[in-house]
Amino acid sequence: MLPLAVYADSLLPTVPKAKKNYNDTTLCVEPVEVMRERHMEFILHQRNDTMRKGDRSGKYSLEACIDCHNAPAEDGKVASAESPEHFCSSCHTYTAVQIDCFSCHADKPENTQYRHSLSELKAPHPQMFATQQLNAQTLEALSVQGEIQQ
Amino acid sequence: MSQDNNINHYRRQFLSSATAVAGLSLAPGVLLTQVAHASTTGPASNKNRWGMLIDSSKCATGCNDCVTACHKENGIPVMGHPETDAQWIRKVKLTDKTTGHVQSLPLMCQHCEKPPCVDVCPTNASIKREDGVVLVDKHACIGCRYCMMACPYNARSFVHEKVTDQKYPRGIGTVESCTLCVHRIDESNGTKNPACVDACNAEGHKAMWFGDLKDPNSEISQNLQKYGGEQIRADLGLNTGVRYQNIS
Repeated sequence: MLPLAVYADSLLPTVPKAKKNYNDTTLCVEPVEVMRERHMEFILHQRNDTMRKGDRSGKYSLEACIDCHNAPAEDGKVASAESPEHFCSSCHTYTAVQIDCFSCHADKPENTQYRHSLSELKAPHPQMFATQQLNAQTLEALSVQGEIQQ
Repeated sequence: MSQDNNINHYRRQFLSSATAVAGLSLAPGVLLTQVAHASTTGPASNKNRWGMLIDSSKCATGCNDCVTACHKENGIPVMGHPETDAQWIRKVKLTDKTTGHVQSLPLMCQHCEKPPCVDVCPTNASIKREDGVVLVDKHACIGCRYCMMACPYNARSFVHEKVTDQKYPRGIGTVESCTLCVHRIDESNGTKNPACVDACNAEGHKAMWFGDLKDPNSEISQNLQKYGGEQIRADLGLNTGVRYQNIS
């Protein structure tokens, strides 16, 4: 018979690690405990600003969650929202809270090479990579950080 | 009415010059207000009204480039069911039966100033942004499709099938339509053209213009002022943001 601690551990969700820290102190865009408790409020508030007011300057975004937390594994595979290996699903399955985000939003990063502005750098829109619209300054800043290879 | 407009115009001019003075009096490098045009990430502003102008005489019959480009840009797949597949923009061919004269034009959401789709929406999902772009907030859309019935241009589509790997958010059970490539507008503050306009220019037809209808110096406003532009179903008084030339 397994010791109780091991048994309890095996029941807890295995949450995949984020690709990179947002910064050294808070790790994510807010401290991890705050994110665990209130992530839905942040993205709910931001979605109204983005969608209805057209203000895309905020720091919370579902797209950013996905880019960092559901980045491709070593073998290039990306988990879909239906799989328990998906960052969001890992916890949501455990807590039995159904999320509707992915009926409309993509559950994987569109550009697998893309990492969100995990640093404090201003986030360029992922589309810009495809259309080569990044200005020289941003490109330089990003390549210094080792974010993209040219 | 025109007097009212003049008064508002003078008030605005006065207020904006007052703001400029206030801005100058602050410490160097510190500005309390930002000019709406300077920010690419700020909220949509009613200082702009994005619109489109289409010259039907330059639109080639049989050319489908704007449609293809739109659907590629926005990730609208062909599901193999033409009767229900989403259609953000379509080509319309008009033939005069007496003369045999054929006209061709692209038709999409006309981004009305008074959009009937917004009027009828029971959940406030159909919205008109400050800058005149008419959108569906899919977070609030319940898929009742009243807006589709209300739209005189038949511009909206319903997503019937489950979608994955979306390019931009769209999902089963919600209504969608042309967004004037709102992601491009927000990214570039309206300096980038929507995908359809780019495609039309790339093909060399140059039948479409995109721009700010409220900026008298924009190419689209200059063109409209010089040659005029008709609204489709102008009788409805919707004041559409998409205008047409050489249609009859």
